[in-house]
Parts: sequence; structure tokens; C-alpha cells
Amino acid sequence: MTRKQRRMTIIGGSIAVLALAAALVLNALRDSIVFFSTPTMVAEKHVEPGKRFRLGGLVQPGSLQRGDNLAVTFEVADGGAKLPVAYKGILPDLFREGQGVVAEGALDANGVFKADTVLAKHDETYMPKDVADALKKQGHWKDDYDPKASGGSKPQATTAQGNPQGAVR
Amino acid sequence: MIAESGHYALVLALGLALIQSIVPLIGARLRDAALMNVARSTALAQLLFVGASFVALVMLHVNSDFSVANVYENSHSMKPLLYKITGVWGNHEGSMLLWVSILALFGGLVAAFGNNLPLSLRAHVLAVQAWVASAFYLFILVTSNPFLRIASPPIEGRDLNPVLQDIGLAVHPPMLYLGYVGFSISFSFAIAALMEGRIDAAWARWVRPWTLVAWIFLTLGIAMGSYWAYYELGWGGWWFWDPVENASLMPWLSGTALLHSALVMEKRNALKVWTILLSILTFSLSLLGTFLVRSGVITSVHAFATDPTRGVFILLILCLFIGGSLALFAGRATSLKQGGLFAPISREGALVLNNLLLTVACAVVLFGTLYPLAMEMLADFKMSVGAPFYNLTFAPLFTLLLLAVPFGPMLAWKRGDLLGVTQRLLAAGVAGLVAVAIVWGWARGGSALAPLAIGLGIFVIAGAVTDIVERTGLVRLPFATALHRARGLPRSAWGSALAHAGLGVALIGIVCETTWNSEHIATMKQNDVAQIAGFDVKLDGLLQRQGPNYREMIAEFNVSRDGETLSVMTPSKRSFTTRGSSTTEAALLTRGASQLYISLGDATAEGAIAVRIYHKPLVLLIWWGPVLMAFGGVLSLSDRRLRVGAPKPARAKQRLQPAE
Repeated sequence: MTRKQRRMTIIGGSIAVLALAAALVLNALRDSIVFFSTPTMVAEKHVEPGKRFRLGGLVQPGSLQRGDNLAVTFEVADGGAKLPVAYKGILPDLFREGQGVVAEGALDANGVFKADTVLAKHDETYMPKDVADALKKQGHWKDDYDPKASGGSKPQATTAQGNPQGAVR
Repeated sequence: MIAESGHYALVLALGLALIQSIVPLIGARLRDAALMNVARSTALAQLLFVGASFVALVMLHVNSDFSVANVYENSHSMKPLLYKITGVWGNHEGSMLLWVSILALFGGLVAAFGNNLPLSLRAHVLAVQAWVASAFYLFILVTSNPFLRIASPPIEGRDLNPVLQDIGLAVHPPMLYLGYVGFSISFSFAIAALMEGRIDAAWARWVRPWTLVAWIFLTLGIAMGSYWAYYELGWGGWWFWDPVENASLMPWLSGTALLHSALVMEKRNALKVWTILLSILTFSLSLLGTFLVRSGVITSVHAFATDPTRGVFILLILCLFIGGSLALFAGRATSLKQGGLFAPISREGALVLNNLLLTVACAVVLFGTLYPLAMEMLADFKMSVGAPFYNLTFAPLFTLLLLAVPFGPMLAWKRGDLLGVTQRLLAAGVAGLVAVAIVWGWARGGSALAPLAIGLGIFVIAGAVTDIVERTGLVRLPFATALHRARGLPRSAWGSALAHAGLGVALIGIVCETTWNSEHIATMKQNDVAQIAGFDVKLDGLLQRQGPNYREMIAEFNVSRDGETLSVMTPSKRSFTTRGSSTTEAALLTRGASQLYISLGDATAEGAIAVRIYHKPLVLLIWWGPVLMAFGGVLSLSDRRLRVGAPKPARAKQRLQPAE
């Protein structure tokens, strides 16, 4: 093989691998991406039953009901609209009424969101970023979602602590 | 006083780093040895001062000095000592201080052990190292000072995030940072080579051990983090394709590519420009990882304490270093001489294929990580890219890579014989096919791809064994001769065989866990029995206990098989009063490489409790694989122990020959 042929082989191989990767990515983008919605967005746009998406909002206080065999239902609200959610399994440690939540699943024929995952968030001061952004955009953001802003004995140097919602105060 | 001293030491370290950034370069320009040697002393002094600063922060945490904001935010006087110490890096400011401390450590190591480097190369390397350090010292001092005082000190702290109160925090972040930051050395060497316009095989020999060290720590750090998530988060998942996990996987992928391409450069003096580029890219990805984790731009389960305003600062650092180094690369790369010619079918060719697949896989992960961000900014809608995306993209690319892995080490340098290698790998291929057949016949349920994937794993392991058998002549030669040859085999050969086998081991673990994982979720009362994978799990009772800074509810489970009691498992749920939050402590029962996993949900009013029980077959292989890879790395490193740094020039010439 000449130098040129060798170089062409390597370049050809590279292009083949890159083309393969591009094809794989484009194919995957078609049906493995999950979009994020709030109850208001679900109400405005008609979302087909069975189409998977992520639902974010606040757990409506008083809506949590536990059924038999770990079945739970609750409502997710964002100030504009509410959406009933059904889930079967153990809720994450930080799941509370009135707190932010992100659930993944799809609507069924009756318009109930069947969640197969309810996302756990680690910190009680932490509002899922998607939820916080969506609430802010709709003007339903309240300062008391931020525990630090409402805390009475707040020391003066909390700026040293990272706080994603700091800008709203 | 301790806080002020720590702060002052950090400012001094910045001053030293600024001197180290400039003076050695002037020295190199003027060919003044004294000025170039400034780099060595400043690097060591810098390590001393950052070390002092870090120790000061540790002391503040140990003493529970709540007049310091960082301690107040993240500590509690009742917290056990271990978590007081690990809590130092369980928050943004402290973890950045750990980051720069490790950076200074690596700089100090080059300064201390780089005596046999050419003087000007060492000066350049340490100067580049100091640029990075200066940027991050500034970042800490300006936006994230851990030593800030509170005007009116509170009596008690806010406690550390309960999820972080675990031994995992003691090991995972330092390991990961040793990996991330360790790649700064190969970056500095690459920039130094570009600035000097000189690069040769000796350069690769200096870079490889440092890359290997970083790679070993990164491998262990990622594996450790994955195991930590597995047992701590209570849902038995070990990899979530979370942006923060991707941030550590990307440098690992390109770092692995770098290890292999540096090999070609060292042995054959080829792929020079590519190796330089990979060095730059690997550290750039480490910086990108730091940015993603520390700026909070991405919704992530790992973003504990983040602040978008800091993001802008890190983004500037990121642009400066990545943009600057790539611009320098574009300007200077053509002046580097191209070397060594080789046939496509050869060891070099195989390593090029390895590099190609690894970097493309890395690019796919990068795309999946940044695409949602880009869409959010440009098109204003939110989405998430999760496991299904990577299963369709990353998995096929890695399958190709794994198919090629056994061939690589068996091809000869310069010109290989693919047919001959295939013949020699026949036994390994047959072993893989037999495994496919056995798994196919034995397994019930699960994807049809699972037996094939296990066969692939077996093929990779058998291929690594074949490589060693071929090299020692175990089958062809008398046993004693083979043993003698095995002893004479370079440790790096054992190292690469082990690392490659580790890939196969991890693959088998991943496939078994995801395919034949069984799960049982139920509400259980006392004396209820759950049956899973042949085990009987009986709830003996619930009890309460008071921990140092939490209360916990423990459930006692009696695990038996065929009426014979195996063990008692005690998962618990802890509630931490200070933060008002709770964590789930899963209980694990290890049987061989398989595990039984129990975690608790909420208790109901009638004294029943929600329980999640998993049986995870061969799950431990997922982490034994990386441990095996890291061990291979250590073996390979010990082989080169005598070669760290430059050998004498006369010997260096001999070593340029292919070493087999």
C-alpha cells in the first residue's frame, strides 16, 4: 500500500464510524427523548394518551391518597391547572404535599397521568429546577417556596451558600 | 484566627501561582536556568500554602466553629467526626478548595520528581499548571470563599445533607478529583510541547505514567460513585446517565483513548498531533465537568449547592483555557513533524480504531448531555435525554469496541496478520459462542440480546486470557518454560490483559443486573413473608433507635432459603432533625457476586411498612470490572516505575524500538 492509500483507509474508516454514530444519534433522537411539561402546558396543548413526558409542579396539599398495595394518587398543580397523577410504588423520601415534584410517565385515556417514576430530590431546600423555572415564568413563584428566605433567624452571610433561587428574592 | 490564616494562605498561594505563571517562561525565553528553576520552588511552596489552607478548613469543621458561614451551613456539633472531616468537601466552597489542593499536589509532584525532565520543558509545564491554578484560586477567592465569617455566630449548624453523611463521601470525591485534575498534567505537557514546538517519543514516555495515574483514580472514582448511588439512594440503580455522571464519564473515555494513543506515540513515534489534541480535550472535558457540576446549569440529582452566578466565572475559565489551548493547537500543530508510517491492519491501526470508537462514543455522550441545554436556551422547551437514548447510541458503539478489543493486543506493530490473529482467537470465539448457547438455553425471560452480550463479555475475557497464553506459550511449550516466560513478561502486558478482561467482567455484570433483576414491592406487617428469587424474606419487627444526629427506624428481616436461615438484614430509615429530611439506608446481603437488596418506604398507621426487595444477580461484577481495570493500570504503572521521567539519552534511543 502506498502512503496515500493508507491515509485514505484511515480517513475512510473514520468517516464510516462518524456516519454510523450520526445515524445512531438521529435515530435515537426520534423516539427516545422525553419532554417536560407543567399541568398548564398539558391543558393548553393537547397531549396524546400514551405519549411519554415529564410532569413537573407542586404536589397539591390535601390531594395525596394512599390506596391498597402501595398505589398512590395525588394532584400536581402549577397555579394555573391541576393534573391527577397515579403511581404505584414507594414515594421518594422527600416527597411532600406542597413541595415540588417531577414525575415521568404518560396520560391514560381518562386524562390521568400514570407515572412510572417519581423523581427524588436530595435536599429539602431544593426545588427541581424545571419546576422553579416554569413557576417563575407563569408568575406563580412565591418567596416562601424558598425556605431560606422565610427562615426567621437567617444569618447575614448566606450569600456564601449556593442558592439557585437567590435571584427571586 | 484559623479562618483568617486559611484565607491568607490561599491568597499567598495565588501570589505564588502568578509568579509561577510568568517567571519560568521569561527564564525559558532568556535561557536562564535560575529563573526557570523558580517554577520548582514556587510549585512546592504553593502546595504548602494550599495544603495549609485546606487543613485550616478541616480544623474549622472539626472544631465546629459556626462563626464561619461554610461550617454553619454544612456542619452540626453532634455530627460524627468522620463526617465533620468529609463534610469539608461535601459543599461547593470546600470541594473547590479540594480541587485546587489536588491541582497543587500534582504540580508539586512534577516539581519534586521531575528532576530528569529537560529544564525548559519542566518550566513550561509548571507555568501552564500555574495558569490553571491561578484561575481557580481567583474563582475561589472572588466567588466562593470558604472562610467567610458570620457577623453574629449561631449556636448550632444546619448540618450536612443527610445523603452525604456516608463513608462514600470520604472516598468518591477525592478519587474523582485525583482523576479529573490528574489530567491537568498531560494538558500542561501538551501545551508545553506546543509552546516549545518540540515533541518526541520521550515526551510520550513522560506523559503516560501521569495519564495512567489519573486514569486509575478516575476509574475507581467513577466505580465508587456508582456503588455509592446504588446503596445510598435506595432504589438500586447504579447508573442514571445523569449529566453529572456523564461529566465524569467523558474525561474517562477520552482519557482511555489518550492512554492508548500515547502508547503508539511512545513505541512508534506516530499519532503525535492526535495525542496532543487528546491531551487537551481530556482536560477540557474535566473542566467542562467541573463547570456542569459547579454552575448548576443542569437539573441534576447531584447539584447540591449551586449558584448560577458562579457559573459565569467558571464558564469564562472554561472558554479561556479550552479556546486558548485549541487556538494554540491550531496554530502550532502543523509545525510538529509527522512520524511513523503503518499499515491499517497493525497494532497501530487497531489503536487508531480504539481511539476512533472511544472519541466518537465520548462525542455521543457530550451531545446527549448538552443537547437539552442547547434546546432550552435556543428553542425554550425542556426535555431530558436519558437511558433510552444512550442504549440506542452509546451501546452499539461500545459493542463494536468490545468486539475489536481482543484483536488489538495480538496484532503485530507496523504490519499485522488479521487472519492469523483470528485463528488464534478461535478458542476465545468458541468460548463466547458456547456461553451464548448456555445462557440461551438456561435463561428465562429478558431480552434476546442478553445472551449475545454475555457471549461478548466472555469473548473479551477469553481474548485477554488467550493473549497471555500466546505470549507465555502455555500450550505450545513445556509448562516450566511457560512459567519462566510468564515471569519475564512485562508487567504492562499483564496490566493490559487484566484491564481488557475487566471490561468483559463489567459487561457481564451490567447485562445480568439489567436483564434478570427481580423486584418485589409490598406493604409488609410483622411476620409477613416475601418470596423473591428463591429466598424467603420475613419481617421480624420494627424498632426505633437514636443515632448521633438522627433518629432511625430499623426493620429486621430474617432471610432464609429452603427453611435454612441465612442472615438477618436490617434496612433503616433515618430522619435528621436539623434538616427535617430523611434518608433510606438499604440493607445488602452478598451471595457470591449477587446481592439481595432491601430498602424501606413509609410506615403506615397500622404498623405496616412499605418494603422494596430486589434480587440482583451478579451485580457486583459491575464494580469488580473497573477494580480489575484499575489494578491492571497499577501493574502497568509499576512496570514503568523505573521509567517515570526521562531515562538517560543513550538508553532512550534503545527504548524507541518496539518493546517486544
